[in-house]
Amino acid sequence: MITRLEGADKVTGRARYAADVRLPGLLHAHIVRSPYPHARIRHIDASRAERLPGVHAVLSSANSPSIPWHDASSLFDRTVRYIGDEVAAVAADSDELAADAARLIDVQYEALAFDLVGEAREPKAEARGDVARGLREADVVLEATYRTQTALHNALEPHGCTALWHGDQLTVYESTQGIFAVRDEVAEKLGLAAQNVRIITEHMGGGFGAKQIAWKHTVIAALLAQRTGRPVQLALDRASENLAAGNRNATEQRLRLGAKRDGTLSAIDARIRVEAGAYSVGGEDSDVIGTYLTLYRCANVRAEQRSLRTNAGPAVAFRAPGYAEGNFALESAIDELAARLGIDALELRLRNYATRDQREDKPYTAPESLRRCITRVAAACEWRHQRPGLGFAAHDWAAGGGWPPAEAEVEFAHGAARVIVGVQDVGTGSRTALAQLAAAELGIGVERVQVELGDTQPGLYGPTSAGSATLATLGPVVQEAARLAKKSGHARAQRGENPKGKSIRTCGAQAVELAVDRDTGEVTVKRVIAAHDCGRIVNPLLQSSQVIGGITQALGYALSEKRIVDARLGDVLNANLEEYKLPTVADIPEIVNASESMPDAEANATGVKGCGEPPIIPTAAAIANAIYSATGVRIRELPITREKLIR
Amino acid sequence: MPGAPFAIEGAMTPLRVNGEHVELDVEPRRTLLDALRADLGLTGAKKACDMGNCGACTVLLDGEAVYSCLVLAVDCVARAVTTIEGLGEGGKLHRLQEAFIAADAFQCGFCTPGQLMALAALFERVARPSDAQIMRALSGNLCRCGAYQHILRAARMARDR
Repeated sequence: MITRLEGADKVTGRARYAADVRLPGLLHAHIVRSPYPHARIRHIDASRAERLPGVHAVLSSANSPSIPWHDASSLFDRTVRYIGDEVAAVAADSDELAADAARLIDVQYEALAFDLVGEAREPKAEARGDVARGLREADVVLEATYRTQTALHNALEPHGCTALWHGDQLTVYESTQGIFAVRDEVAEKLGLAAQNVRIITEHMGGGFGAKQIAWKHTVIAALLAQRTGRPVQLALDRASENLAAGNRNATEQRLRLGAKRDGTLSAIDARIRVEAGAYSVGGEDSDVIGTYLTLYRCANVRAEQRSLRTNAGPAVAFRAPGYAEGNFALESAIDELAARLGIDALELRLRNYATRDQREDKPYTAPESLRRCITRVAAACEWRHQRPGLGFAAHDWAAGGGWPPAEAEVEFAHGAARVIVGVQDVGTGSRTALAQLAAAELGIGVERVQVELGDTQPGLYGPTSAGSATLATLGPVVQEAARLAKKSGHARAQRGENPKGKSIRTCGAQAVELAVDRDTGEVTVKRVIAAHDCGRIVNPLLQSSQVIGGITQALGYALSEKRIVDARLGDVLNANLEEYKLPTVADIPEIVNASESMPDAEANATGVKGCGEPPIIPTAAAIANAIYSATGVRIRELPITREKLIR
Repeated sequence: MPGAPFAIEGAMTPLRVNGEHVELDVEPRRTLLDALRADLGLTGAKKACDMGNCGACTVLLDGEAVYSCLVLAVDCVARAVTTIEGLGEGGKLHRLQEAFIAADAFQCGFCTPGQLMALAALFERVARPSDAQIMRALSGNLCRCGAYQHILRAARMARDR
């Protein structure tokens, strides 16, 4: 069993995160945020803060460059659009002093009307066939509306960085999923050449999508460091993390599914509203319609989503964006449809799963892997239709196959290798899996491979850790560079194209066994059984960590997590880890990982695909289906709380 | 804290951290967590919520697991503080640390020092803790990567070794 290369660093406290950087003269920064959901800033007086001993700089719209930011706004905009919007920032000798100074900045606001509902914008829509006909010709039509909540990422490491300048060279230790994305964006915002910005992410404490873009704090820290001539550390506090660092968009999904008596799906109609928050930050448009267009074979499909702009914190990608939300609705609805048809819920899925990508009109590289996942889970849970408390869901995920561009360099001498790549290990184990692929190609032990990553300096491009794509993107490149280096001692390789005419996806299935206390509404999840197609499994231990991690997060999404916004004030009432209910160690069931290695030789030369996002996708629907099986009560809104069950 | 030694503002605060005596010049309001991280450069304990909700800052104070973000540095005078940096002995990993690596009891690793210190306090007190005791010891430590199942496995491995 090969364990994580950085294991010893992580269990001893040696692993260095963005806010662990210690430098002589380090200043600590704090951001002042809007207390209003919508307001115009009339006046900012920072003089009291500036006079406080130990305060080195205050930045606000009054004294800093107007740098264009989201939509038509700017870095410190004079109009604030949600509670938590950035207004000013302070750098001081200590964290406590920076917070003191932030409180001394006098900001006069003119409150404006705000909107927490939002108006639907132009839809993103895709269609094929004739939905009206498909519904007319159906023997059974299911019509239902499902809702999902706004969920908060709450990575334990808040967003943050340490920024320092050497002349006109900026170095930032950043907690990010995309060192190159941050480099390019920071360079653009500050008017620097990309090669004058270096981003380093040695370790990062979780991102789950919320750290795949460059946020304002990085540019703020860089500006404060520039102004003071000192290194500046800026880590968000937990409240800011919950207000202003992204969220999984809430959805309302109105569905109509039509089916023939034999279970053939004749129509899928999905009309979806998505709450996007105050800004388009990039990566916020989760593809909720995606799974409606691809999971099941159906000739007549119409799926549209409209996003709603509100005066609340902006949405951003969250592990399987769109698919976690869409799957809850679609896979709940398929279960409801199965009950109406009198067909076993699992059998209905086996009759309808797609073997080709209907969106792209191409066959999948692994067309039968979903069937294998479904049957493996069925066998592991001894699936029996209508066994009380047993629920099932299948899923697909549009990504996981990786894509160009990406580069890798391998040096090989005296039976040892050095692998250099430009990605970051966000905790998934990229370091270890890439080392294993190189070691296998070179015919050496993994302990003889050193992987260098998380630094833009070597100039080897690596993609953002998103779309469960890191291993499938970089794996083939590292393998190829290792193959070449075995002969020459030193080689670089580039990521090749994916196969033309085929579509790569990942998919899987889960079953949930649970019990519901009929008096209290308490749901006790006993067991979750999962099988996911992630191609060849390079490291079974690390792959199982992804599976149990995704399912554990999904338990929170299904049962306890929800951002609560006060409708009259626009304030988030649970912007902390006490009242925003994450799963704890006492909440987890037994999780059985029944995944098998299924090398996808057509996808790429290593046969690997991603496994980061898929495990979070089908759990919520499987739980809702299991609750229906246990109680006869169908809950169509997440999270499934005791209150909803009792009512 | 009746009867306990206390620090006077402006005076140095003497602490015993990982067996070493240190003198700190800290404000009375400085938390033990900030003192460890900012004044002593011991960054293993993490600041994740700064209000006692997550456990990422867990250290041992006289052998007991505490949230160091809820303890003032000046209240630790003459008390023994053990951080993750002081967990192993003589350069060797603690059996819990070895088990965490073997069971892959972490992903991002940010909560790991806190999880380990919470368990270390238990293992210090009870040589062979029950599953229920392990669960209780970990119940104040969040892991957003969701590694709990592997954390529990690691704790049992360390116990049963």
